[in-house]
Amino acid sequence: MFRLRSSQRELSSRRCIRILAGATLLSLVHAIPAQDVPLISGGAGFVTSTNGGNTTYIPVISPLLAAPIGSHILVESRATILDAFFPKGGGQTGYTHDSFLGLDFLQADITANRHMTFVAGQFLTPFGTYNERLSPIWISNFENAPLIYGLGTMGTAHSVGGMLRGSAASTQSVNLDYAAYFSAASTNEQLNAERSAGGRASLYIPAAQLEIGASFNRLLQGTRENFSGIHVWWEPANSSFRLRSEFARAAHARGYWIEGGYRLDRFGGGQGVLSRFEPLFRMQQTFRSQPDANDTLPSVDTKQADFGLDYHMPHELRINTSYSREFSSSGNRNIWQTGIIYRFLIPTWRGK
Amino acid sequence: MNPRICFVIVAGTFAALLPLMAQKGRAPKAPPARVANTQPAHDDDSAQGQRVFKQNCARCHDAPQGFPPQISGTVLRHMRVRANLSASDEKALLHFMNP
Repeated sequence: MFRLRSSQRELSSRRCIRILAGATLLSLVHAIPAQDVPLISGGAGFVTSTNGGNTTYIPVISPLLAAPIGSHILVESRATILDAFFPKGGGQTGYTHDSFLGLDFLQADITANRHMTFVAGQFLTPFGTYNERLSPIWISNFENAPLIYGLGTMGTAHSVGGMLRGSAASTQSVNLDYAAYFSAASTNEQLNAERSAGGRASLYIPAAQLEIGASFNRLLQGTRENFSGIHVWWEPANSSFRLRSEFARAAHARGYWIEGGYRLDRFGGGQGVLSRFEPLFRMQQTFRSQPDANDTLPSVDTKQADFGLDYHMPHELRINTSYSREFSSSGNRNIWQTGIIYRFLIPTWRGK
Repeated sequence: MNPRICFVIVAGTFAALLPLMAQKGRAPKAPPARVANTQPAHDDDSAQGQRVFKQNCARCHDAPQGFPPQISGTVLRHMRVRANLSASDEKALLHFMNP
């Protein structure tokens, strides 16, 4: 009898818990402000890369989830899923493939006050501009990352720990923002990171549409190496030209990239066929003084010129094409790349 | 695949798409309530929002061609972190996107 009553109590308490959990979830859904419905965004595309005569075909999707919790917390995550099909090599004919699934970031953004946000979890390492701003596949103008991408981003491009960031001052004449972080060492397959610390500060002058920034990161394990860099972005007033550049240095290597692009939106009123083209040019150079396993730069001094032509189609589609010529003492080579990318942005439910 | 063949395929795709897009003319406009506002500003708040949008969002990527208004707050909270927006900039941008 007691056992029966006990099991009945357990059953009823479980029901209560389920009902309460359901009601809580329902109330949370209804409590979400009308404009704060969680969203799924990202890009999906198909990329080809011909390097030294071998072509690799890469279907890729990079979804991003952003879900607000209350009025001060945002949980967001981005992953990259791709399958690369490339020639077998070694005298064999045909293709083989290699799949990849990686978590780019999984972070909670906690708004501390009007000038500061605390970020916890796995986040993109703040160094320079490429990693945080230009690495999403629906944003990048070239399919391949700059040669110096590995400098300062600790090889993994993300960190696991905490970060403070925000806008220190924002006025009509100047905007000063900052990011400072600490990362623990992690060997988890998806959350791998090096023990490191550092940050970035940027000054933007709206009148000149000029941004100048500096980054400094220190690797706190192994050889304890310092990485530093500066970036300059400029968009002349009343022009569709834009210039982006970065310089970074490590203990045994340094390098830069400078990219210029001109959106032809003065032709055809912004919606015409011609106005959707964007010719691009990027020059890159790396210098090495000694071999170093911590940076990912080429083992010899390298120059690379990238010529790109992007087409921004209606309905969130874009086509990226580029030809690159790489010069180094280990041999010169051509790199041809094409990509068609679709960007999506949808709510997870209809909301109120 | 030979890179020249790749380029011929891409050029052919362009050539096939261009007349189609030329026939269609302007891209179809989404309903006003579903798109980020990119029209000239009508008041101080909108002008401020337009400035913030140009300085912080458009420098990196094209504006989304349209999204439902119920995610505009989430988009902004994402951008607040990504672009280091101040609270006042975030407010102005929200007003700009939902006039």
